[in-house]
Amino acid sequence: MKILANTPLAAGLALAGLIALAFVLPDWALFLLTIALAKGLVSLGIITQMRAGLVSFGQGLFFGLGAYVAGLMAHFTGVTDIFLLTVLAVLVTGIVGVVFGPLLSNYRGIFFAMLSLSLSMILYGTLSKMTSLGGTDGLNVAAPTFVGYEPEARALSLSLYLYTVVIVVIAGTAMRIFFDSQQGMISLAIRSNELRVEYLGASVRRAHTQNYIISAILGGMGGVITALAIGHVDPESSIFWTISGEFVFVAILAGYLSIPSVFAASIILELVRSFSNLYFPNTWQLALGIFLLIVILTLPNGLGSLVDRRRA
Amino acid sequence: MDLLLVILVDGLIYGAWLFIVSVGLTLVFGVLGILNLAHGSLYAMGAYMTASAVGLYFGAGGDAVPLGSYAVMILAAAVVALLVTPVLERGLLRHFYHRDEVIGVLVTYGVFLILEDVIKLIWGVEPLFVYEPYDLLGLVEWGPLFYVAYDFLVIGAAIVVGLAVWAFLNKTRRGKVVLAVIHDREMSQTMGVNVDRVFMLAFGAGVFLAALGGALTAPMISVSPGIGVNVIIVAFAVIIIGGLGSIEGAAIGAVLVGIARAASVHLMPEIELFIIYFVMAVVLVFRPEGLFVKTQTRKI
Repeated sequence: MKILANTPLAAGLALAGLIALAFVLPDWALFLLTIALAKGLVSLGIITQMRAGLVSFGQGLFFGLGAYVAGLMAHFTGVTDIFLLTVLAVLVTGIVGVVFGPLLSNYRGIFFAMLSLSLSMILYGTLSKMTSLGGTDGLNVAAPTFVGYEPEARALSLSLYLYTVVIVVIAGTAMRIFFDSQQGMISLAIRSNELRVEYLGASVRRAHTQNYIISAILGGMGGVITALAIGHVDPESSIFWTISGEFVFVAILAGYLSIPSVFAASIILELVRSFSNLYFPNTWQLALGIFLLIVILTLPNGLGSLVDRRRA
Repeated sequence: MDLLLVILVDGLIYGAWLFIVSVGLTLVFGVLGILNLAHGSLYAMGAYMTASAVGLYFGAGGDAVPLGSYAVMILAAAVVALLVTPVLERGLLRHFYHRDEVIGVLVTYGVFLILEDVIKLIWGVEPLFVYEPYDLLGLVEWGPLFYVAYDFLVIGAAIVVGLAVWAFLNKTRRGKVVLAVIHDREMSQTMGVNVDRVFMLAFGAGVFLAALGGALTAPMISVSPGIGVNVIIVAFAVIIIGGLGSIEGAAIGAVLVGIARAASVHLMPEIELFIIYFVMAVVLVFRPEGLFVKTQTRKI
């Protein structure tokens, strides 16, 4: 495990490995991985907050905002460039994060979870009723272009996958560096005792706000990529509370100790979902629920605790 | 002026319904410290059980005594509580009482996922209808308007439920024991209270109230998969507004949300969904712990 502890090397290996996969895997697996990695970004945002002891049950807010950036831009302006859309999603979710972050930084535990949930449900309610923005049917999202390059079929899913991989590796590496930085370590201290952190001179509110904004941006990036990959956005599948629940599910499955395990957990969830959808379409939620209960009972610190025993 | 009255009456009807579906949630949180995300699924089970039971009742010649179907509805809710409580509370939840509140939310999220499919496995995906109890009481004429009398039955049921819970907690010995457990679990344990039994009792009451909410709603809707998903979200809003664990709070929260929603339905239908969470967000900004919870000092 010594090799993987070296962040740049681990990032390089992950990048090479994920890119190599692109040339072996069939289309459906590529699509599944794209979705899983993109949603993993959202859960990475939850992990960021979880390190400081907060669990957001409303990450669908940012996932949905990111997805609707892609949908609305394609619908109203015809912009389909993936780089531009990603930047826009980051801006929009970042601004929303800056607005709500300071407000939510006063709340802890169940109140934080429920208030973030209510914010996401406000967006859900608004978008469901706005027929000009697609209402409950949502909007179709045009296929993405890559600075003028307009791939189709296999080339499209390949380009999208590679783009996702690059974003994920960059985000994962950046978050590892942030987590190990002084400001990032404060989160762990807050988790164990927030009052002491205050007495030692660090601002708990500032750390929570910062984490919130980071998680907002990660959520937005995940949303925009997912929307482009699926080609459709609607309030039910991108903002509703059950979606936010899935993101928390992945975060809990992964635990807050290791970043690769977040994406591994996300892939596991997508695999369980697709296979149970295929083989027992009426009971896939049942399988998922039992799986979740087993994880909580047997791995209180998540998958990551299997790799990283330092704090487990 | 007429509009104001209409909004008030609609708001009270909706608020009464909200109170019944959320009072169990707040009771369970108050005693067990678990915010039960599966509450909506228990509500759905109550509705399905009622649909089946009332269907059977009328099928077996219940037409002779149609009012008996109301007893069947309450019975259906009780059956759900008796079946579900031992499995869920004894089998699962009791392992999580000492863990973080957020873990409780996740565990019950898992239970929610499981129950949603269990409901589909038992009752199938086709919608069920039991309109008989809804039509039974006829219409009530009020000024220029007609209301279905059943709606007022729901208000009556909410008042009975609220008073019963209040009287149980404040006027009976057993209820006072429950209050003692809410106040200080460890201390009551040392004083000889069987906390495990209080927990099971409270959870059972919560399940019964959720199922009763479903039972009362079943005649008004088509009972189909997914009816529990939305309930849980409005019930959360209600109990968070009132303050988690507070029965009075749930009543005030329910009426507040009910009237706000009725007003938006009549004045600005576009914001109907928005308004519930908006009320909740506003209340939380000014009273971070809800209306009826005293702010607690932080423990180091």
